Amino acid sequence: MEIRFQFYLLFAVDDMVEIYKGPLDVKDIISRWLDECDGRNWGAFIPFIGIVRQEDGIEALSFDIYEPILLKWFQEWQDKAQKKGAIVKMAHSLGDVPIFTSSYIAAVMSPKRRVALELIDEFVEDFKANAPIWKYDVIDGKRIYAQTRSTAMDGAGLMSKKD
Amino acid sequence: MVKIEFLGPIGKESIELDVKNLKDVAKELNKDENISIWLEKSAVALNDMIVNSLDIELKDGDKISILPPVCGG
Repeated sequence: MEIRFQFYLLFAVDDMVEIYKGPLDVKDIISRWLDECDGRNWGAFIPFIGIVRQEDGIEALSFDIYEPILLKWFQEWQDKAQKKGAIVKMAHSLGDVPIFTSSYIAAVMSPKRRVALELIDEFVEDFKANAPIWKYDVIDGKRIYAQTRSTAMDGAGLMSKKD
Repeated sequence: MVKIEFLGPIGKESIELDVKNLKDVAKELNKDENISIWLEKSAVALNDMIVNSLDIELKDGDKISILPPVCGG
């Protein structure tokens, strides 16, 4: 069975953050990003491609994104990367992403291998913990918040302190 | 008036409050049990910047966002 998807780019910021409605067109995105490396003397291009797994009876994952804070979070990482001579890029899905398709791509381009390997690790981990994106399992067409897999952001609980 | 928006899975419409500082917002929001259960694990942003203190004065038109636990990727 051949499964085909239409890919919709919702917006891109400075060619660094790309948000798509539904699954990502991995080959197109990686190919464009590789083209950007041409002639720039990067020694390393390290992509991370996240793919939705079939587990716990889900048919898809679904995502909400709060864009204003996502872009600020990302800009801080871009600044951090720039100090090391590198750049970071990311693409993410909004809405439903079926199993076996991709919802997230991050990449680091850098003159040096070691810098890129370390950055991609830190970037993807901090993304999981602090990027304002919410995940839902889609089961029988219903969206269920992935509460147990979610992480409270840095500074969480500020308003629960009663004085 | 300041606007409070509840992001992601909280699933509640935005509200407007007539308050002077973030402490007052916390006090008001804790009155609603359906919201207070989210507050202990939610981060808070003022005009799209995450804040780490409630000792912040508010002005008319400020936007406060409540951000529950995240899971991108």
